[in-house]
Amino acid sequence: MDSIVCIKRVPETAEATLKIDSSNLKLDEENLVFSINEADNYALEQALLLQEEFGGDVTIVSVGPEKTDEIIRMALAKGATSGIRITPSNLEELDPASIAKLIADEVKDLDYDLIFTGCIASDDGFSQVGVTLAEMLGINHISMAVEMEAEEETAKINRELEGGLMEKFEVKYPAVITIQTGINEPRYASILGIKRAGSKELKVVEASEAKAEKVKLEKIYFPPPGKMAEIFEGGPAETSGKVAEVLKTKGLL
Amino acid sequence: MSKDIYALAEHRQGEMRDVTFEILTKAKILAKETGGSTVAVILGSGIDNLAESLKSYADKVVYIENDKLGHFHSEYYQEALKSLFEERKPFLMVMGHTSVAYELAPSLALKLDIPVITGCIDFRIDGSSVYSVNSVYGGKVNAEYSFNSENGGIVTILAGSMPAEEGGLSGELEKVSFSFDLEFEDKIFLQFVEAVAGEIDITQAEKIISIGRGIKEEENLAMIQELADSIGGVVACSRPIVDAGWLPKSRQVGSSGKTVKPKLYIAIGISGDFQHLMGMRNADTIIAINKDPNAPIFGAADYGIVDDLFKVVPALKDKVAELK
Ligand SMILES: Cc1cc2nc3c(=O)[nH]c(=O)nc-3n(C[C@H](O)[C@H](O)[C@H](O)COP(=O)(O)OP(=O)(O)OC[C@H]3O[C@@H](n4cnc5c(N)ncnc54)[C@H](O)[C@@H]3O)c2cc1C
Repeated sequence: MDSIVCIKRVPETAEATLKIDSSNLKLDEENLVFSINEADNYALEQALLLQEEFGGDVTIVSVGPEKTDEIIRMALAKGATSGIRITPSNLEELDPASIAKLIADEVKDLDYDLIFTGCIASDDGFSQVGVTLAEMLGINHISMAVEMEAEEETAKINRELEGGLMEKFEVKYPAVITIQTGINEPRYASILGIKRAGSKELKVVEASEAKAEKVKLEKIYFPPPGKMAEIFEGGPAETSGKVAEVLKTKGLL
Repeated sequence: MSKDIYALAEHRQGEMRDVTFEILTKAKILAKETGGSTVAVILGSGIDNLAESLKSYADKVVYIENDKLGHFHSEYYQEALKSLFEERKPFLMVMGHTSVAYELAPSLALKLDIPVITGCIDFRIDGSSVYSVNSVYGGKVNAEYSFNSENGGIVTILAGSMPAEEGGLSGELEKVSFSFDLEFEDKIFLQFVEAVAGEIDITQAEKIISIGRGIKEEENLAMIQELADSIGGVVACSRPIVDAGWLPKSRQVGSSGKTVKPKLYIAIGISGDFQHLMGMRNADTIIAINKDPNAPIFGAADYGIVDDLFKVVPALKDKVAELK
């Protein structure tokens, strides 16, 4: 069973102090750490699990700048077979449909049964590339997979709905499955895997001016200050004392 | 180009979803601006009553009834909506950014060759352009995207990002007949699967001590349980804690977990992403402990401590013991 996994390099922003670049179109990347998008890491693991069960190749595809090689190499270290990095000259102008088009052009002639993507990217949060890619390739898709039982030619997949409910679909290959976090336990790369990754194939596609499709980023900005919590000042003893008093006053102890 | 704003009504297991009224409210406001009509679109089988219930929220309720639409299946939805769209050419189609939109909106837009913006928290129309506000980078930054909607466009809005108001309209009902040329046998809906019920129902708890990825290691959960015990509350969590297998799904607060409304919600090491806030923002008193002063959780909280949770939690446990 051959799979393709689409991954994206994103900044880790949960604990970082963010600055906006003077273009107002992107973050100032200087002090940011980048890594594989969280859901994509689960997508990769899903492909590796199927490879262990059924054999076959796992091809990694990522659209991004040169530094994207780091996350592709890490995927290769975990056991993926080979990688493709697509770097268009106008990367920052591209909407999800343009990104999907770049991937579609690259993978359409490959042999594959399944294409995995994460169900959402933690930076823009669009959740479009996987489903758009399926439509471009003319194959089925299932989004937000949280459980998957794969057989040789079909898979049963639980999609996540709101509030913890799921719906079970059966889908025939070839198909695109977008993976939600929590579906498996992503592995870490071994030292040996990291050594081997260096000699695996990583193809680079320098796409010149890719077509910027229909959606344009106008600007990014910090949300206007709204309601804000009363922040207690002082050391832990002081601040926690104030919280305990609030609890007491409100009858919550 | 028509000026009409279409809104896709979402329903599941015989019930209308709340998001439907949110997007219809937004559609109504925008249709007033464009001078078009608000059109609710509902697809399904045996949905007379549901279609009827939308009349006060739209100028028109377009209602496509077919056995194949009995359960949501993106391919059938896509066929039906594509045909409707091509025939009526609305200015814009609005959907909730839900599990339906995830599966449907991007491929429908591609098929129709029209632009789509997903997951916005608000949007506006200016002439033939649509401008969205998207909350990006975990809620720390906003982004404005735009597209030209001359040939139509699709926007999906995060559920819970705008208010639902009473309709006050009296729309006509229009039943559209539609038959499918194709059977999508390669993708079949089998059944709904309910989440496993937990040993504790956090939706019934009066006090919730909730923990997020800031807890770092599974063994640190003991510290949180001790705090919860001293306050007399239950431990809940954000999604990554469930993804890691440290707590059961039944303890997860948020859009894909439980919606809670306790008297007290203490969020510890939780950034406050929209999906989490959706599950707890209506708690009476919210206290956040987070070392990042810019964490969005502080925008939802009443009181906050900006500090390392590993210092604050033990101190708070002691203070609570003193004051009890
Ligand atoms: C369709 C969908 C549904 C989702 N449903 C849900 C849902 O139901 N519930 C949910 O919670 N999420 C849900 N999510 C995930 C959500 O988008 C966020 O990824 C998640 O809420 C983040 O969890 P977190 O705040 O614990 O982690 P992070 O965002 O990583 O934040 C960790 C926080 O801990 C703080 N921290 C770290 N160390 C310390 C320390 N020592 N002391 C104090 N603070 C510290 C950091 O400053 C940071 O703010 C969903 C996502 C999708 C796409």
